[in-house]
Amino acid sequence: MSMESAIPQPVERENYLNKKYGVWSWLLTTDHKRIALLYLISITFFFFIGGFFALLIRLELLTPAGDLVQADTYNKLFTMHGMVMVFFFLIPSIPAVLGNFLVPMMIGAKDLAFPRINLLSWYLYIIGGVMMLHCMLTGGVDTGWTFYAPFSTNYSNTKVVEAGLAIFVAGFSSILTGLNFVVTIHRMRAPGLTWSRLPLFIWAHYATSIIQLLGTPVLAVTLVMVAAERALHLGIFDPKLGGDPLLFQHLFWFYSHPAVYIMILPSMGIISEVIACFSRKRIFGYSFVAFSSIAIAVFGFLVWAHHMFVAGTSVYAALVFSFLSYAVAVPSAIKVFNWTATLYKGSIHYDAPMLYAFGFIGLFTIGGLTGLFLAALGIDVHVTDTYFVVAHFHYIMVGGAVMGYLGGMHFWWPKISGRLYPEGWARLAALIVFFGFNLTFFPQFLLGYIGMPRRYYDYSHMPEFQVLNVLSTAGATVLGVGYLLPMVYFLWSMRYGKPASDNPWNAAGLEWKTASPPTTFNFEEEPVVTWEAYNYEELDAPRTEEVPIVR
Amino acid sequence: MSDSTVVGLHPQEQHRPELLHHFADEQQQRDASSLGMWVFLATEVMFFGGLFCAYLIYRHWYFGDFAAASKSINMALGATNTAVLICSSLTVVLAVWAAQTARRTLLIVSLAATMLLGLTFLGIKGIEYKDKFDERHVPGAFFSFEKEPIPGHPGQYANPGHAQIFFALYFVMTGLHALHMIIGLGIFLWLLLAAWKGRFTPEYNTPIEIGGLYWHFVDIVWIYLFPLLYLIDRHP
Repeated sequence: MSMESAIPQPVERENYLNKKYGVWSWLLTTDHKRIALLYLISITFFFFIGGFFALLIRLELLTPAGDLVQADTYNKLFTMHGMVMVFFFLIPSIPAVLGNFLVPMMIGAKDLAFPRINLLSWYLYIIGGVMMLHCMLTGGVDTGWTFYAPFSTNYSNTKVVEAGLAIFVAGFSSILTGLNFVVTIHRMRAPGLTWSRLPLFIWAHYATSIIQLLGTPVLAVTLVMVAAERALHLGIFDPKLGGDPLLFQHLFWFYSHPAVYIMILPSMGIISEVIACFSRKRIFGYSFVAFSSIAIAVFGFLVWAHHMFVAGTSVYAALVFSFLSYAVAVPSAIKVFNWTATLYKGSIHYDAPMLYAFGFIGLFTIGGLTGLFLAALGIDVHVTDTYFVVAHFHYIMVGGAVMGYLGGMHFWWPKISGRLYPEGWARLAALIVFFGFNLTFFPQFLLGYIGMPRRYYDYSHMPEFQVLNVLSTAGATVLGVGYLLPMVYFLWSMRYGKPASDNPWNAAGLEWKTASPPTTFNFEEEPVVTWEAYNYEELDAPRTEEVPIVR
Repeated sequence: MSDSTVVGLHPQEQHRPELLHHFADEQQQRDASSLGMWVFLATEVMFFGGLFCAYLIYRHWYFGDFAAASKSINMALGATNTAVLICSSLTVVLAVWAAQTARRTLLIVSLAATMLLGLTFLGIKGIEYKDKFDERHVPGAFFSFEKEPIPGHPGQYANPGHAQIFFALYFVMTGLHALHMIIGLGIFLWLLLAAWKGRFTPEYNTPIEIGGLYWHFVDIVWIYLFPLLYLIDRHP
């Protein structure tokens, strides 16, 4: 963007960043790449708000007594940490930023199928976000991010309806993103780009979109019921009137369990791209990795009741849901095994995106395996609502989803900004994040196993929990530094980073055949695809003279 | 730009103003729009699905109470509304056909007739709501459903709490359906204005088609709501 960088360069080409200037050229843009950047700024904002709540939670737990905040405040802190992180950071993070930026480019399209709906989805996100901020600033919510009835519908005297509406609106933003992706992937692929040639990032986003489309409306209508019940005392979830609180849990988890796959599947897509590029190999078992994304999306809809094993579901239902929860581990394991098999005899480069990918594989494996503990009926009874569960889902949602998100941001940053990030700092940050993450959350597995319940602000009757809590809080500060660093050097590199070439990683994929940063319509001419995905063997083959084909 | 070039015609010249820049040709644009609407309708199915799920569970649990409550809503008005909506689906189909065959007058008349039928539906629905309000069957502080007999069980009376769940679902489900009707009327008003200006041709009529898809969907939701809400355990 600036002309004063150290390296002399010719007059800057026109690209999507410098084509037009001014606030309105951004706020009214229909360019998927600019909308991706709008999302990037907004989700980063909410990430730090959610992180701030997390920091306060960890500070409170530093000492056994409830001294920093009182019970009511603490309830609001973990509620708003969850709501902000889940609905305003994790769900939109990869699809709305990297997916928005990359899906059209990876399939050789000029834009998403519905550019104006794409912009509408950002505005819905912002409206939902502003409602959430307003709700937080005027009192907050204390129901937990799960809104369990009848507490949320009859008893809580905090701003449940407003928070529910904020999430309702943000949910439509997520639905519209999914709708755009499904239609774009079906209808806008470049000639020759068959389904079996699609990058795995696209497969992952396709599977994610299916969940967004079929799951989110159920959450939306559930929140409508909660709001209506709270306002009018309808009785749908109120046991006093014959309603069933368990029905709320069924409806809520029908969305909110698959929502975890909305967070993790795009991350898996990124890992597939990064592993292939930095081991210079075609992904081992391409079609298995592709279809395991679809399998996760399908199985993911059939496991929700494992959140309710101790809530009064029948034992036979619990048996079935336990079995299905084990089944969802199969496609996840297929991915992990195929990634590691890809590394075998690969020519591995330890650049920052690859470090995040390694971190992802390790943390996701721990998160996934502890998920199997929780799918087992006996163990689940012991660790339900303890820090074991908290550690488990943070290994998936932070150790998995956020590691993938950061890896992807590094991998595609040269394409997004046209600049290179400082590699040394990036590797350091990746290591800090990995170390800080484990220090934060591994002690929580131990805490949960020895019986510390989640959502307690005061554990003064059990002071022996303190050592592990101190470790966890120390880890959280390290993790915080690890998250701040990339933000600092990404911003720094926008002005001072070295200009990136069109394909700095020598990576396969149509997005690397555009300029860095790309022009508004991505491609000079419509690409025609004649090769398979991840043709690294071809890319790296020693260049020889063109040999005319003799027939 | 376009790869379906007619020989001798520069791509720029055959561009219709309706073709948006990021589509290769009109076929692709049409396919994308119609797939987009189908996908959206899939999300709508899930949206109503949560309510249908709640309805089916409570109907199973509290069948007698639901039957008693269902008997109190006006079947004749509900049946009339069903007929009104089926007629509106016919006028929507006529509108699509008229647009495809360049019959502008028929198109405008069909769109207007659809809107008229939609408004009739909402009017009748309003009368039904008012009746429920007068009978104090609206859930909340003033709800009352005392001594209402359970059909087929002489001497037994419905549990007011369970009946209130029926009315809660009745209002939420028909209310959301009515909201969809109102949005549909907005879409059809826009279509009517565009048709008035002559924007639709046999080559370009996707908005009519996908607007019609939406309207049919909203009709179909009613086709399920009517028997589920009005016809529980009705006997002559």
